[in-house]
Amino acid sequence: MATFIQQLLNGLAWGSVYALIALGYTMVYGVLKLINFAHGEVYMMGAMTGYYVGRWTQKADLPMALRLPVTLLGAMAACAVLGFAIERLAYKPLRSASRLSALITAIGVSLLLQNAGQLVFGADPKYFPSDSLLPYSEVVSVGEVVLSNRQLVIMVTAVVLMVALMLFVQRTRLGRAMRAVATDKNAAQLVGIPVDRIISLTFVIGSVLAAAAGVLVGLSNPKVEPLMGIMPGLKAFVAAVLGGIGNIAGAMLGGVLLGLVEVLVSGYGLSTYRDAVAFALLIGFLLFRPTGLLGRPDVAKV
Amino acid sequence: MAIPPGARLAVQAAATVGVVALWATAIAPQINPYYLQVVDYIGINIVMAVSLNLINGHTGQFSIGHAGFMALGAYGSAAITYYGGPHVLPWLTDAIGLPKGAAEGMLLNGAMLAGGLLAAIAGVVVGIPTLRLRGDYLAIATLGFGEIIRVIILNLDVVGGARGFTDIPDLAGPFWIFLWAAITVLVVARLVASTKGLAFLAVREDEIAAEAVGISTTRTKVTAFLIGAFFAGIGGGLFAHNVTYLHTNMFTFMKSIEFIVMVVLGGMGSISGSVLAAIVLTTLPEALRAIDKYRMVMYAALLIVLMLTRPQGLMGNRELRLSRLMAVFRGRRGGVARAPGAAS
Repeated sequence: MATFIQQLLNGLAWGSVYALIALGYTMVYGVLKLINFAHGEVYMMGAMTGYYVGRWTQKADLPMALRLPVTLLGAMAACAVLGFAIERLAYKPLRSASRLSALITAIGVSLLLQNAGQLVFGADPKYFPSDSLLPYSEVVSVGEVVLSNRQLVIMVTAVVLMVALMLFVQRTRLGRAMRAVATDKNAAQLVGIPVDRIISLTFVIGSVLAAAAGVLVGLSNPKVEPLMGIMPGLKAFVAAVLGGIGNIAGAMLGGVLLGLVEVLVSGYGLSTYRDAVAFALLIGFLLFRPTGLLGRPDVAKV
Repeated sequence: MAIPPGARLAVQAAATVGVVALWATAIAPQINPYYLQVVDYIGINIVMAVSLNLINGHTGQFSIGHAGFMALGAYGSAAITYYGGPHVLPWLTDAIGLPKGAAEGMLLNGAMLAGGLLAAIAGVVVGIPTLRLRGDYLAIATLGFGEIIRVIILNLDVVGGARGFTDIPDLAGPFWIFLWAAITVLVVARLVASTKGLAFLAVREDEIAAEAVGISTTRTKVTAFLIGAFFAGIGGGLFAHNVTYLHTNMFTFMKSIEFIVMVVLGGMGSISGSVLAAIVLTTLPEALRAIDKYRMVMYAALLIVLMLTRPQGLMGNRELRLSRLMAVFRGRRGGVARAPGAAS
């Protein structure tokens, strides 16, 4: 029982990271109907810039309490610029071309970031300065169940960001504009919404969330390297589909669900099948509920 | 026009075998082994790209699981030659009295056909339930199946598991690779040009209208998956017996992506485009070796630039035709569309 609760906690922490990445996928899919394959690489860039900013905070001898927030904000700012640049340079020129060309371009951007990352940062893994940012301690420990301060920070940061996103999307003018673009781009244009700027904004927000995920992962799994974005990126996309792609609450739910399932599967001795289970879950969902947990059915019109 | 179609096919087949045999016996041995290896990869990639084109280009489905089918064919056929080869080969040469080359060819092709069949069965198993899905959902489901196949193979100890599958007999040389490349091109080209093959194009253009004129869309899609997966399995078999070492890391979804890039870059639905793209995209990373560290960055950058400037692909949906090229009287790339071996 204790192990089970421990696994649940680990799964929640891991799942909230998936959820943060999945949000970027689902938002971009919502406005552009594009699977942004480069999103996993944005997450990687978040972790890598987090690594450099984190080391800088240590060298500059910033107060302990400031180090993690500064690292988070630094990585988020860098990825905001990156997300904006990717959209403007690689996707915007293809807005009117077929969706497939955009998809291939996304794959190209993903490959470019992986390889440029290996060139710039070096292919060997780097060790995230977790001990300087947030020295490990146990917040709650009941019997064998331990909740570390790192897990707590991961979950709290993720929840804060997600609540902020929900409020932004549901309560602000820009958020309403974003929903309008996702519903019908042409109609949004007609009522005077600057569609291009909203699309850029969507990429920026998605990238900021991915950057946060990158730094949070660095805290608990300190090994960061330029190819670390491939699998989590793919899994986060799976999470977005599980929740119902295009649906923000769905992405959160799917991310947490996937994190829980994966951690439980590997926790009970089937770790080599971990990746397969995630995808089996995906296919099961697609067959019986193709629109995901919270997605609305898409009726084909002739 | 008076030539009966059967005779034309026979002539075509004989000419193909002749050209490939000439290539394998007279030209290939003269080439430096490193270049020959690249040329062999081109042949295998032609099999993969053209077969994927049938699914993605002609039928308009979006599969990102082609590397999974390739893995099934590779591991399936390699298991047969690795475990069965030492028993079958002596029997073929001693008891039946076949020459060594013929016996090896029989073993290789038997094993590859079995591997291709295995992949085709998987194609149908994947196809029937998932083809209710459309567009992106289908894409992500095939991606999932590809990854599941990979993880299952990774856990199979008889084929090496995480260590990789070593010491696979080196049986697939330039002759078999380019013969199968030619077969793939001919079969897919003839299929989509046939009356039955029009169904593929109809499903791509408008699924609802296709259904309305009486085409069974599910059946058409499953057929495309079956044939595409079969040739992907053959491609895997060729790869396994050419490289002689297999590891599941060779068949990740990035590999599937490589083939998709070939299909899209060549032009969806253009067979000669796929062949051309397979040649360009296999050669490019090798040609870029001169700039060593920057080559994969350049490759990715070139891919983005190509898609931005030519989103419809190199060939659009047109085909290179020998006759038209002759008419233009610029036979420079003339052999590409029909007999890939001849161009090299």
